[in-house]
Amino acid sequence: MIAPAKPELVTVNIDGKEISVPKGTNVIEAARLGGIDIPHYCYHPKLTVVGNCRMCLIEMGMPAVDPATKAPVMDPATGKQKINWIPRPQIGCATNASAGLHIRTQTPQVKDCREGVMEFLLINHPLDCPICDQAGECKLQEQSTGYGRGYSRFIEQKNVKPKRTLLGPRVMLDDERCILCSRCIRFSQEIAKDDVLGFIDRGSYSTLTCYPGKKLENNYSLNTVDICPVGALTSTDFRFKMRVWFLKQTNSIDTESSVGANTVVWSREGVIYRITPRRNDDVNDTWMADSGRELYKAVAAEDRLTAVKLNGAASTLELALAAAADLFKSNAGGIAVVGSGRSSVEEQFLTKKLATALKAPAYLVSRVGQGDKILVSADRNPNVRGALVTGLIVSLPSSQLSALAAAIDAGTVKTVVSVGEDLAAAGLTAGQLAKVSVIYLGTHANATSAAARVVLPTLTVFEKNGTFVNQQFRVQKFLKAVPAPAGATDDLVVLAKLAAAASGTAVASEIGALWSAIAAAVPALGTMTFANLPETGLLLDATPWAALPFAEGETLHYKPSSAKATEGRPA
Amino acid sequence: MPAPAQRRIIFQHIDEPGYTNDLACYVKHGGYEIMKKAFQRPPAELVDEVKKSGLRGRGGAGFPCGVKWGLLDKKSGKPIYLVVNADESEPGTFKDRYIMHQDPHQLIEGIMITCFANNVKQAYIYIRGEFPHGARILEKAIAEARAANFCGPNVLGSSYGCEIYVHRGAGAYICGEETGLIESLEGKRPYPRIKPPYFPAVLGLYQCPTIVNNVETLCHVKHIAAMGGAEFAKIGTPNNTGTRILCVSGHVQKPGYYEFEVGKITMGELLNDVCGGPLPGRKFKAVIPGGSSAKVLKFGERFKGKRKVGAEMVDYDWAVEDVPMDFDCLGMIGTMGGSGGVIVMDDSVNMVEALANINAFYAHESCGQCTPCREGSLWMKKISSRMVHGAARPEDGQLLKSVADQIAGRTICAFGEACAWPTQSYVAKFGDEFKGYADAKKTAKPGGVTDLI
Amino acid sequence: MNLKPATLSQIDEVITHYPTKRSATLPLLHLIQEEVGFISNEAIEWVAAKLGLQPINVYEVVTFYPMFRQKPIGRRHIKVCRTLSCALLGGYKTCATFEQEFHTHAGEVSPDGEVTVEFVECLASCGTAPVVMIDDELHEKVDAAKAKQLSDQIKAEAQARK
Repeated sequence: MIAPAKPELVTVNIDGKEISVPKGTNVIEAARLGGIDIPHYCYHPKLTVVGNCRMCLIEMGMPAVDPATKAPVMDPATGKQKINWIPRPQIGCATNASAGLHIRTQTPQVKDCREGVMEFLLINHPLDCPICDQAGECKLQEQSTGYGRGYSRFIEQKNVKPKRTLLGPRVMLDDERCILCSRCIRFSQEIAKDDVLGFIDRGSYSTLTCYPGKKLENNYSLNTVDICPVGALTSTDFRFKMRVWFLKQTNSIDTESSVGANTVVWSREGVIYRITPRRNDDVNDTWMADSGRELYKAVAAEDRLTAVKLNGAASTLELALAAAADLFKSNAGGIAVVGSGRSSVEEQFLTKKLATALKAPAYLVSRVGQGDKILVSADRNPNVRGALVTGLIVSLPSSQLSALAAAIDAGTVKTVVSVGEDLAAAGLTAGQLAKVSVIYLGTHANATSAAARVVLPTLTVFEKNGTFVNQQFRVQKFLKAVPAPAGATDDLVVLAKLAAAASGTAVASEIGALWSAIAAAVPALGTMTFANLPETGLLLDATPWAALPFAEGETLHYKPSSAKATEGRPA
Repeated sequence: MPAPAQRRIIFQHIDEPGYTNDLACYVKHGGYEIMKKAFQRPPAELVDEVKKSGLRGRGGAGFPCGVKWGLLDKKSGKPIYLVVNADESEPGTFKDRYIMHQDPHQLIEGIMITCFANNVKQAYIYIRGEFPHGARILEKAIAEARAANFCGPNVLGSSYGCEIYVHRGAGAYICGEETGLIESLEGKRPYPRIKPPYFPAVLGLYQCPTIVNNVETLCHVKHIAAMGGAEFAKIGTPNNTGTRILCVSGHVQKPGYYEFEVGKITMGELLNDVCGGPLPGRKFKAVIPGGSSAKVLKFGERFKGKRKVGAEMVDYDWAVEDVPMDFDCLGMIGTMGGSGGVIVMDDSVNMVEALANINAFYAHESCGQCTPCREGSLWMKKISSRMVHGAARPEDGQLLKSVADQIAGRTICAFGEACAWPTQSYVAKFGDEFKGYADAKKTAKPGGVTDLI
Repeated sequence: MNLKPATLSQIDEVITHYPTKRSATLPLLHLIQEEVGFISNEAIEWVAAKLGLQPINVYEVVTFYPMFRQKPIGRRHIKVCRTLSCALLGGYKTCATFEQEFHTHAGEVSPDGEVTVEFVECLASCGTAPVVMIDDELHEKVDAAKAKQLSDQIKAEAQARK
């Protein structure tokens, strides 16, 4: 594992408390490190600083030095170095921590500034919280409790601006709620590189808009909804579905590519309502693709597998596993295992265990597309590196199972265990599928599940615990957000039982116990446990695999180490 | 005691019969001779002369010009730009108009000396959009000067070259703010930049070191180069050196522009002796001394305190008429010299209506970037317009002041003060008119009194 | 955009004044408005393409600056100064006079299409208040009587043209 570099620390004084922060830390972040909240709207840690909302006004000072001698000027009253306070309030967001910086966030002046800004932001605001989707996660609401007046001094006509403007397929705009912080504009320019949003007109009549005829429809558009501090931008998918305070948040990982964007899954009573990005400064910052937010829809999809099947008829897990065990015996020596780059590290570990016990070759299917240079990489499997780390595979997979096809044609393989891979999509013909007995573990119906002798319904990423190794060789964990649907069984349980049947010895399937086995068997993961894995993941030493021609090109926080890697390289 | 005579340095040829704005006329009057001599001197020496002169910026803030130049980051290796602020947008100010229309070469000579002194190879004149003729005159003058080798490549046969381009604005007060102007020049909405880190002297136009100077200021540079900084500093009063053009408008007999040594004339002398006093049958009521954003002065109020004269502190006890028209004295009494725009209001004016007019201006001109100014300026406009056109409440004055107090000192740029100061000062000084406005409205206005909002 | 060759060559020349093309946004908009009379969406997109920008970048600028208009105006553009110095000397009456003379309201094209009267902020000629700009020409000390006289002139010119 790789230790991060140590930054230079400086001591700053915030509300009388000395704290050590990395030099150059933004004052809002420095205060946060000291447990002090400086309210703000326009500032965002991952966007350029514009200082327009003025909510983060604070008092600022530096220790006094004699201009000529540079000697400290002492304050006789306190015996300490005198602090020269700047008379005007300063914005925290545009100040970086330097040694000796003094900040006051709790003075009457600061309070007055915040109250003033709050009042200004609300005079032209519709105050429609009861019907606003942002309620519960609205910064205006939050700051109103601390700095709101509680009544309005504004008796004039409010400005009228466009309402319910569809900016794109996924984003709705209410201009009357917009506080003109420009976060969405900066995001579109700086991160999504799709400069379609802007302000038109001026002064208090300034209006956020998309250029006429253009749409905010890039694959990152929903990040503008995430960062909108108010209810101006809302998600057409999530709008009016559920009040956020009813939702449970579960940490997860985006499975759409090897980037492994960190996410939060929002659910209530077993139903997922939305997925949002979770900050990881080394992986996805605070962003994720829109496409990854849709994946929860697979949970309740029409084609979800929820019934164990044996020879096409409904069965039970026990009977199906027994049938699989029989196939293992009857076709011993003629079995192949197709693992998956979409399986978790734990599942891949058990898949390998199964393949080893069956003395079967293990295959993997690659999925390579065009990377978008942001947070969707060329490798659309989330965990090919997990398969490398666990030793399930030793070289990079291809998209077609041609070796397996040849073995089937030659009659040397008679049973195929597929862990969630549609063998037809991976190049096996209907005739080849008909020649073998397929044991299929999977979540959704496809040609392989239809042709399979044994169908064992398993879980989506939202219904189980596990880890993935992303393109950086960072081990990241995801947690169970919603319960499994009736009829589906945890992949680990199924794989452990199959491995036990193949090897004749019991295999752990509970994730804690399983990790003891993984740590013992896989040197690269030797010091880890599932419970101890940090929320932002753990970076592995990638040296053993440095020579492999991985498919990924450059994305956010990732540069391919190998010169051989080219974007979208066909497998 | 009669008012001192004007001392016309910058406006020497303004309105002079027969004086035209072409190069031939300028050269005939000794034009570009000072530049030729200046180019024989080391640039640093010219910067020193300006520092010694004590010249303070004539655009509004009164910042010492030499200090501004001294802040310039000359080690960055990036090109250094000069941006001439010809946006002349502060209401009540109309001096640069005459320089550019009638004596453009004076400005160009000042620009070229400034550029040479600061190693600037590219200058832009940002002229307000409402001066289409001014822009054409400047373009023609630059072309003439370039043809005569006074600007462009190889100036005066030297290896030094400097281009000047005219860039037209399009009707935005905020472009008078130097960083707003820079953004506008970069082709963007003129949102003023946050300082720090974007001080023009370090990260200005195209993120390069940039000097932004007012038209009148740059003209002074020419005369400083001519007479030397020490000699220039003898004009005017200490810390308020040179001459400045005072623009008088509103309710006086003879509005117009007048050039005086700074601090050598009082408000009373200016308005009564020079401008002929109030209109017939009227009395002065209030005066804005430095452009519409300056805090208003009320005739009848007195200002007392101590001030430094020479080496000693002396007491002063002034009526509005006694106040010397310089940066420091006007600052001492709680207002400012600003851009030199003096707006006079007589006793026909209701101050609620005057403020409503000004508030409408600032609400229209607020760029809308930062919250206090964007929301506060429009709120103040809405309150004061409602007072005039709708129902006025006795508490509206205090509400106005409270809104203004929530703006000043909390914005990205000085527009916050510019829009708050009028309200703060009108309500403080004419509070009774705000309290009693509902009743005052019921009385019909005498004939000849004009609407202000 | 179907601009005259002279305008196009001015456009190409003015772009060379700046190290970054974006700076030429205002000059290009001025040149196009001078020829076409207003800034259409087509013009916005043309300028954006010419300067390597996105249309929204130009749209933001066009809508910020009051001198750029997105619709055609009357044959003559009458801009009356509204700000304090002019108002003190009758600017509101001056504006009202033009409005009455041309049966129009500030900001609108008169019914005969002859003028657009606009009540604008400070024109920086406060010493000769009230001031009015008719197209590019500044008119000083325009009280109601002089406004009437200027209106008559414009009407006479319009009549002569017919």
